[in-house]
Amino acid sequence: MVATVSHITRSDVEDFLYEEAALLDEWRLREWLELTTEDATYEVPSTDVPDGNPQDTLFIIADNADRLRMRVDQLLGKSAWAENPPSRTRRMISNVRIRSVEGDTLCVTANFVVYRLRSGHIDTYIGRYEYTLVHRDGGLKIRHRKAILDLEALQPHGKVSIIL
Amino acid sequence: MEHETLANLVIDNKEDGLFRVHRQAFTNPDLLAFEQRRVFENTWIYAGHTSEIPQPGDFRARRVAGRPVILVRGTDGAVRVLLNTCTHRGAQVCREASGNANTFQCFYHAWTFNNQGDLIGVPGDDAYSEAFDRRDLGLGAPPRVEDYRGFVFISFNADIEPLVEYLAGAREYLDLICDQSEVGMEVVTGTQAYSMRANWKLLVENSMDGYHARTTHQRYFDYLVESGVDVSRMKTRRGGRGKALGNGHAVIQSEPVWGRPIARWSPEFGEAKRAELEQMQRDYEARFGAEWAYRITQTSRNLLIFPNLIINDIMAITIRTFFPVSPDYLEINAWALAPSDESPQDRALRLDHFLTFLGPGGYATPDDVEALESCQLGYLNREIEWNDLSRGMKRAEPEITDELQMRAFWRQWHTLMLRTQTAATPLRRPIAV
Repeated sequence: MVATVSHITRSDVEDFLYEEAALLDEWRLREWLELTTEDATYEVPSTDVPDGNPQDTLFIIADNADRLRMRVDQLLGKSAWAENPPSRTRRMISNVRIRSVEGDTLCVTANFVVYRLRSGHIDTYIGRYEYTLVHRDGGLKIRHRKAILDLEALQPHGKVSIIL
Repeated sequence: MEHETLANLVIDNKEDGLFRVHRQAFTNPDLLAFEQRRVFENTWIYAGHTSEIPQPGDFRARRVAGRPVILVRGTDGAVRVLLNTCTHRGAQVCREASGNANTFQCFYHAWTFNNQGDLIGVPGDDAYSEAFDRRDLGLGAPPRVEDYRGFVFISFNADIEPLVEYLAGAREYLDLICDQSEVGMEVVTGTQAYSMRANWKLLVENSMDGYHARTTHQRYFDYLVESGVDVSRMKTRRGGRGKALGNGHAVIQSEPVWGRPIARWSPEFGEAKRAELEQMQRDYEARFGAEWAYRITQTSRNLLIFPNLIINDIMAITIRTFFPVSPDYLEINAWALAPSDESPQDRALRLDHFLTFLGPGGYATPDDVEALESCQLGYLNREIEWNDLSRGMKRAEPEITDELQMRAFWRQWHTLMLRTQTAATPLRRPIAV
């Protein structure tokens, strides 16, 4: 990794996002959690209000760092039945763009298609990511991660039980 | 389907205390047409909440009972439900999910309707004979539209009893929810639109099932425990009950182990909220007296308005309505309901509590989806014919972990499915509520 954020290239960010995707697809969720800051947030807005604010709009997921950690604990435990046994997933990340840089903080967007394969079905989650990344100790960490679905509804997906 | 086949789908043996539902009820594709006519067209079906369309011209276009409809507040201020199909050749006249409009213009031939459903514009109307009368060609509407304290229902049975009578014993439970605000409840922005690869009646059962809580939702209880909640309290709470409320409606009500934004403190709320919630309970006592205030603030309720409206007032309030697309696939719309005069901080907290359990990304609902989808897959074993719903059948006061509330649903479902005479459903001009 490079020493200062102004030298971080799109290629660096892509490497980071590809590594993140690999950790999630491989269910290495503890290692994934270590990519997040201690004040990280993870959000998935409802499909009809993609630009809402979780304080006044009903979301699908709006985790603070504690709730995100609990989510990971659950997914690695036995009782998250929707993911026990775990689904096969495959994340495709593209259209990665660094939108802005300020101090040690980068705003990054990307497109995603996440396939979830379970019980004979393939559910395809399509959308875009908005990340706030911070450059710290020579590497990048995730302070904010929002997965904005382009789906009109979670139909036939039925749920977002993986880390999207 | 033959009458005898329908009759044999439910075994209600009160003498021995055995209740069985044949799994064909969840799998037979011929059943759907009967359900459509005999259940969904003979009942009151939830369409939306008046708070979703506060201003004249506000509209929501959505599917209700499988039909594209427009829930709209007219320029005259009245709420209507219009059938979203042009009376010319059928295209949908409203193709936005929500907004505000004085008119709906069909893009196909530019026939124009006002937001009260009247046909006000026909290009080239000199091409029609004297017999052509615009007044006959307004947008259609269900023959009955009524609301109860903001909950708007439609019926395709022109002769159905008034909504307030239909609600029977469920009305009291709606009051426990609506009384939470002096000013009125409102649906919060943001729809959770999802689905399940399962029969719609499985979701009716699951939505008011106390028996599955500790097992299916173990991870939610782990969250409570980690937040400092003593979940062993579950065994010693004041008597939770399952009740039949008439007309197929049912409820389970109990003191929960989780907190309630109105108004029951619990460790997951944080110590700072305790005094405020205790004061809130006293305020409700002053308004309503001790008993009603206790029920509002200290008890959770999972309420079914037959056939397909669930309102769960638990760690937050969700309105959940669903409809079969096929025997093994249903679509759901769910919303959060909240006091319209709630402070922004309380609103934020409420929505946060909502998401700890409810919705397709919460710590609980995804596991319900998994459970019901698993049942539907299990039904491929046709040789195992029956589901058992006998829990608590001989108990004088069934508990929330019993299955009385499901039996109430099934008894009404069965009664309607066996009724061979269904009322005519003439469409009328839109009526305002």
